[in-house]
Amino acid sequence: MLDIQNLQVFHGPIEAVHGISLSVASGQCVALLGPNGAGKTSTISAICGIAQASGTIAFEGTDLAKVSVEDRIGRGIAVSPEGRRIFSNLSVEANLRIGGGIRSDRENIQADIDKWFDTFPILGERRSQPGGTLSGGEQQMLAIARALMSRPKILLLDEPSLGLAPRIVAQVFQMIAQLRSEGMTILLVEQNARQALDISDYGYLLNNGRIQAQGTSAELGGSKDMMAKLTGLV
Amino acid sequence: MEYAAQQIINALSFGAEYALLALGLAIVFSVMGLVNFAHGEVIAVGGYTMVAFAALVTANPLIIIIGAVAATALTSVALERVAFRPVRYADPTTGLLTAFGVSIVLQNLFLLFISPRPIAVTSLYFLDAPVMVLGVQISSLQIFESITTVVVIIGLVLFLQRTTLGLAMRAASLDFEMVRLTGIRANRVFALAFLISGLLAGLACIFIMARRGSVDPHFGFNPVLKAFVACVVGGFGSLPGAVLGGFLLGAVEVAMLVLLPQEYGGLKDAFVFGIIALVLVWRPDGILSPAREKGDKL
Repeated sequence: MLDIQNLQVFHGPIEAVHGISLSVASGQCVALLGPNGAGKTSTISAICGIAQASGTIAFEGTDLAKVSVEDRIGRGIAVSPEGRRIFSNLSVEANLRIGGGIRSDRENIQADIDKWFDTFPILGERRSQPGGTLSGGEQQMLAIARALMSRPKILLLDEPSLGLAPRIVAQVFQMIAQLRSEGMTILLVEQNARQALDISDYGYLLNNGRIQAQGTSAELGGSKDMMAKLTGLV
Repeated sequence: MEYAAQQIINALSFGAEYALLALGLAIVFSVMGLVNFAHGEVIAVGGYTMVAFAALVTANPLIIIIGAVAATALTSVALERVAFRPVRYADPTTGLLTAFGVSIVLQNLFLLFISPRPIAVTSLYFLDAPVMVLGVQISSLQIFESITTVVVIIGLVLFLQRTTLGLAMRAASLDFEMVRLTGIRANRVFALAFLISGLLAGLACIFIMARRGSVDPHFGFNPVLKAFVACVVGGFGSLPGAVLGGFLLGAVEVAMLVLLPQEYGGLKDAFVFGIIALVLVWRPDGILSPAREKGDKL
C-alpha cells in the first residue's frame, strides 16, 4: 500500500534521512524503531508532504511527489503526529469534527464521533471541554481518534507513547493492537521497541538516518543483542 | 441626563464601527499572523465602487450598498490570491512589508487613475437622519451601526462554533500545519478569512461613507489605524479582544471629547493614546490576548 524507495529528507541544509526504503502492505502493522534523532519523525513528515524530500513515496501505486499535503490526506493517509498537536482551544468534539472535515457524508460523521465517545467514555464525558485540558493519555487517544475520523486507509502513528505513564502506554498499545485486529494498516513510529514489536508484523530499525536492520517482529525481537548494540534500546 | 444618554450612544456607535474594523484585521491575523495594513485600501475600494455605481448605474442606495460590499469582498480575496499567498509561509515581517506595499500601490492607483481630490457620494446621506428614541435625539446611523455590529458578531460566533470550516479557522490560529494534516485545504481557510475580512470592510465602508460622504485616496488610513489600535488593546489575534478593543477605543474617544475642557480639545488624541499606553503597561499583550503556547514537547 505504501512503498518508499531511497527516501532522503532534508531540514534546510541538513539531511536527516539518507536514502531509506520501506514498505507497508495492506492490513499490516509496521514498526519504525529507533532512538531520538534517528529520522523517524522526518520520515513521517515526508510521507505527509510537510518536509522537503527526494526519492519516491508511492501510495497505492501513485507517486506522491506532486501531491499536496491536503490531497495526501484525501487519498487516505492519516496521521497522529508527534506531540499529539491537539487543537487545545477547541472542544474535544470540535477536534473530532475537524478530523472528519474532508468527508462529505455528513450524517455519518456524528455517528463516528459518538462511536469514539463510546470507545473512550472519558472523551465523551469531556466532549465540550477544551482539548488542552485533557491529560496526556487522553490527548493521545483524541489524536488517534481525530486521525481516524477521516476514515483513512493507512494510519501513521508518531510516538504515541511519548511522555505517557507506563500504565497509559499499555492502554495506547492495546488500542493500536485493537485497530490492527480490525484490519487497519498502520505505520507505527516508536522508541519503545519491545512493546511496538509485540503488536507489529514487521519492523525496521532506523539510526542516524539509515535503516540498520529489518525483519519480522519475531526476528527483530529475537535478536536483542543487535538491537541493543545499534540503538541502545530494548 | 439626556446629554449623558446621547454621549453613551455616541460611544457605543463609534465603538461598533471600530469593532467592525478591528474584526476585519483580527480575523486575518488570527489565521495567518498577518497585520493587513491594506485593509484600509479595501475599504476605499468600497467607497470608489459607491462613486462608480452612483454615477454610472443607479441611484438606488440598496444596490449601491450591495455593490460596495461585493467589491470589498472580492478585492480582499483577490489580494490574498495575488499578493499574500506567495508570502504565506514566509517570515511575518515579509507579510507586513507586503501589506504596506499593497497599501501604497493601491493608494497610488486611486491617485493616478481616479483623482487625488475627494469625490462626493450623496446617496447614503439618508442613513444619517435624526430620530427621537425615548426622548433622546440620536442619529439613525448610530442605530444601524449598532444593530449591524451585533448581527455581525452573532453571525461570526455561530459560524466559528458551528461549521467545520469555522472550527478549522479557529484551529488554524493555533496550529495551521495540523489543520492541513487533517486534509482541510489551506487555500480555502485563507480565502475564507480574507472573504470575511472583506465583507467586514464593506460594512464599515457603508457607515464611514454615510458619515463622511466622500472618498479620497487616503480614505482608508484613519480606519485602519483605529482598527490596529483596537486590536492591540484587545489583544492581537483574539476576536473577542478586537471587539472589546473597538468598543473601548470608542468609549475613551467620546469620554475625552466630553471631559476635556474646550481649550485642550486639540489634545484629544494625545489623551486617548496615553490611556491606551497605560492599558498596555497593565496588559502588555492586550486585554484578551490568546494564551501563548509554552512550546513544551509532550
